[in-house]
Amino acid sequence: MSDAATVHDANPTGFAHQFEDLEQQRDAGRLGMWVFLATEILFFGGLFAAYTIYRSLHPQAFLIGSHLLEVKFGAINTVVLICSSFTMAMAIRSAQTGRKKGTIISWLILTMLLGATFLFLKFRFEWYHDYVDHIMPGFGFHNMPQWGANAPQVQMFMCFYFFMTGLHALHMIVGIGILTTLCIMAARGKFTKHYFAPLEISGLYWHFVDIVWIFLFPLLYLIRY
Amino acid sequence: MSTTATIDQAPGASAEPQINYLNARYGVKSWLLTLDHKRIGLLYLGTITVMFIVGGIAATLMRLNLLEPQGALVEPETYNKLFSTHGIVMVFFFLVPSIPATLGNFLIPLMIGARDVAFPKLNLLSWYVFATACCLMLYVVATGGVDTGWTFYTPYSSLSSHTDVFLAAMAIFIGGFSSILTGMNFVVTIHKMRAPGMTWFRLPLFIWAMYATSVIFVLATPVIAVTMFLLMLERLLHVGIFDPALGGDPLLFQHMFWFYSHPAVYIMILPSMGVISELITAFSRKKIFGYSFIAFSSLAIAVISFLVWGHHMFVSGQSVYAGLVFSVLSFLVAIPSAVKVFNWTATLYKGSISYEAPMLYALGFIGLFTIGGLTGLFLASLATDVHLNGTYFIVAHFHYIMVGGAVMALMGGLHFWWPKITGRLYPDLWARFAALVIFIGFNLTFFPQFVLGYLGMPRRYAMYPAEFQALNVLSSAGASVLAVGYIIPVIYLIWSLRSGPIAGPNPWGAKGLEWTTQSPPLTENFEKTPIVTEEAYNYETAPAPEVARV
Amino acid sequence: MSTHEEKAAQNYELYEEHIVPVSTYLGVFIALLCATALTTWIAFQDLGQWNVIVALLIAVCKATLVVLFFMHVKYNKGLSRITLIAAVFWLGLLITFTLADELTRHWEIYPRGWAGAILPMFHHLIF
Repeated sequence: MSDAATVHDANPTGFAHQFEDLEQQRDAGRLGMWVFLATEILFFGGLFAAYTIYRSLHPQAFLIGSHLLEVKFGAINTVVLICSSFTMAMAIRSAQTGRKKGTIISWLILTMLLGATFLFLKFRFEWYHDYVDHIMPGFGFHNMPQWGANAPQVQMFMCFYFFMTGLHALHMIVGIGILTTLCIMAARGKFTKHYFAPLEISGLYWHFVDIVWIFLFPLLYLIRY
Repeated sequence: MSTTATIDQAPGASAEPQINYLNARYGVKSWLLTLDHKRIGLLYLGTITVMFIVGGIAATLMRLNLLEPQGALVEPETYNKLFSTHGIVMVFFFLVPSIPATLGNFLIPLMIGARDVAFPKLNLLSWYVFATACCLMLYVVATGGVDTGWTFYTPYSSLSSHTDVFLAAMAIFIGGFSSILTGMNFVVTIHKMRAPGMTWFRLPLFIWAMYATSVIFVLATPVIAVTMFLLMLERLLHVGIFDPALGGDPLLFQHMFWFYSHPAVYIMILPSMGVISELITAFSRKKIFGYSFIAFSSLAIAVISFLVWGHHMFVSGQSVYAGLVFSVLSFLVAIPSAVKVFNWTATLYKGSISYEAPMLYALGFIGLFTIGGLTGLFLASLATDVHLNGTYFIVAHFHYIMVGGAVMALMGGLHFWWPKITGRLYPDLWARFAALVIFIGFNLTFFPQFVLGYLGMPRRYAMYPAEFQALNVLSSAGASVLAVGYIIPVIYLIWSLRSGPIAGPNPWGAKGLEWTTQSPPLTENFEKTPIVTEEAYNYETAPAPEVARV
Repeated sequence: MSTHEEKAAQNYELYEEHIVPVSTYLGVFIALLCATALTTWIAFQDLGQWNVIVALLIAVCKATLVVLFFMHVKYNKGLSRITLIAAVFWLGLLITFTLADELTRHWEIYPRGWAGAILPMFHHLIF
């Protein structure tokens, strides 16, 4: 999180001393978050690159692997995240238009609940079932006879599934933590019509995590042919 | 303080002890919880010095072992761990952070007229992350190290090696985040916090170099992080991402590894070039020749550096066609570097040159970097690389650039800005002597390695054919001279902290905002935000140096 | 420091940032839901090699909507756009060059056809 997000208790405007004015601070905070998101694009991107290579080398195995996943959970989770992006945007907007702190907190809590729903669906209904069905690599993975010679690469696909969605889930957990902090700040009345930079910057992070899922969903779940 | 103090004062220095960033607050907590970019730069300096010593010890043991063809000191398995430790520690934990995290952190806000970087708390966090990574790496070294080479090629590193690859990869993974935070901070600081009047084209060239470096930090480091992440997962879960038997591709690891590691070498050299630009102009007392060419060449190097990584994989099984493309692009990347060398040389022409220690390091850099860079062209060319890859030619090539280039620039920069950082002057005679010892020791160590490589001696081997012994002994002898050369500055620099003459604001009479403020600077750098009205390096309006010029 | 904060307080009445109307957010939200339904439905139609291309195109459209409207890039100054485009472009470099190696690894290095026939004629010129 950028330093601009830190609020000095003695300083109600949340102004940080290294800046000349609030405008510079907000610009810097926003640019800082975008630069951080650029690093995240390359970080997840490395996994997407590896995925691309292996999918082009083993299309059949990836097809088999994708059928092991349930599209309905992927689709529901996509919808859940899109809703959470909407509620996050509304949270920022409510601060921007000077609404009461209760409104801001409500939108934030809604976003957090949607995020938690996503994680619950993923871990309880997808990952746990994969573990029980012995298709979680490294945790008792069993090759199924119908995979034939593709078996090792099916395991490869499942590796990518768990690594990519796992990394994504980690980012969601961090995001929920950030939102909790924002709720506390909002409850203390830190956000005004003019100062809501932490909300805006966290929103950028949250939307980015949503975008990663927007790409994960078709690449992992929707290989049907 | 009495004006008849036993410590000399340089002309221009005030007799009164001033408040500055060093004495503003005392105590361990004031250092460990500091938000001051200058103190954070010094914290980094301490940490990278420790890592340099560790890497240097590994190198010493290697060169001692290579005194005899059958290995004079260690078993081959141990030798493998030594060169791996040397490479990992020197690359990831010394060279990559060196100039950016020390001189960069210290100087960037001063040079652009700001009070601090954009995100001081992230800055401190980056140091803690780095220190954690260093501790983890030192633990790995202490418990036996890894034997995979700093390149961690799979499937050996992922499947076969019995050393602690998992923790070593984790140390690099964690250290990567330190680089990312630093890069983020610098990009935002340079974009958003320049003083009034400090337009992009009035910036010191060190800032342009640091900006280009920060772009590389931001775009390349996440890829090594995810590569190490995959390696860690493979070690942990034994799942075969890079195992050919399971359909994995070892070359994919190499692609992802070198996508970072090639730009990483430009992370190491770009800041050095920025330092050299500052040193050359200051000690020629002349405006730099071709300012915009040097500025744009830094950006060009940053961009092109991402397009050439395959030249590390010419003999790995990469497709010949990909090799062709990478080869052509690798020739291209030499052009902006050459542009810089020409511009520095042109700056020297008809300049008022003096030979203080920083200038000796700068001149040495230009010569040694040119040799290192030209030998890179042999390696960029597919046909010659087939013979030279995996030999000591490569080792010599990159040491000419990393040691003859980057480390010399670090030394030159440390000496140049030492009065600003500490408020003290060091004894210049000893400094020049050390610079000469380093230059001689360096060439004695590494020039024979070009010959060895050309004659076919492989790298990373604990033993070698007897006919190579003479050159190896020469190289090891040179290494001992080089080691002495590095120890001497440690002594006189530490001595200067207590007993060196007190420096004024601008001992060298150099241009640049950092020289307009006191030495050492205030915590908030400037009493008033400076307003910039002139171009960079305008030596016509430069003050006279406070120290005698020779 | 205190004059500094006074100055900051003066800048309290900053320029008003563009406030996106709720209707825009709702419209983007609905569009994203529709695109999700579309991509899920199309996945179950056999388009051969076009499945993955269409899926990626729809994903790019969804991401663009989120970036432009939810992340306010449509209303911001240029630097955030440049950062985003640069990151995506650089990722493209990684994927493109690596694929270029993977996909050409089994190409023969000796040309066939007429080029292969005349090459030996120049052999003695080169060597």
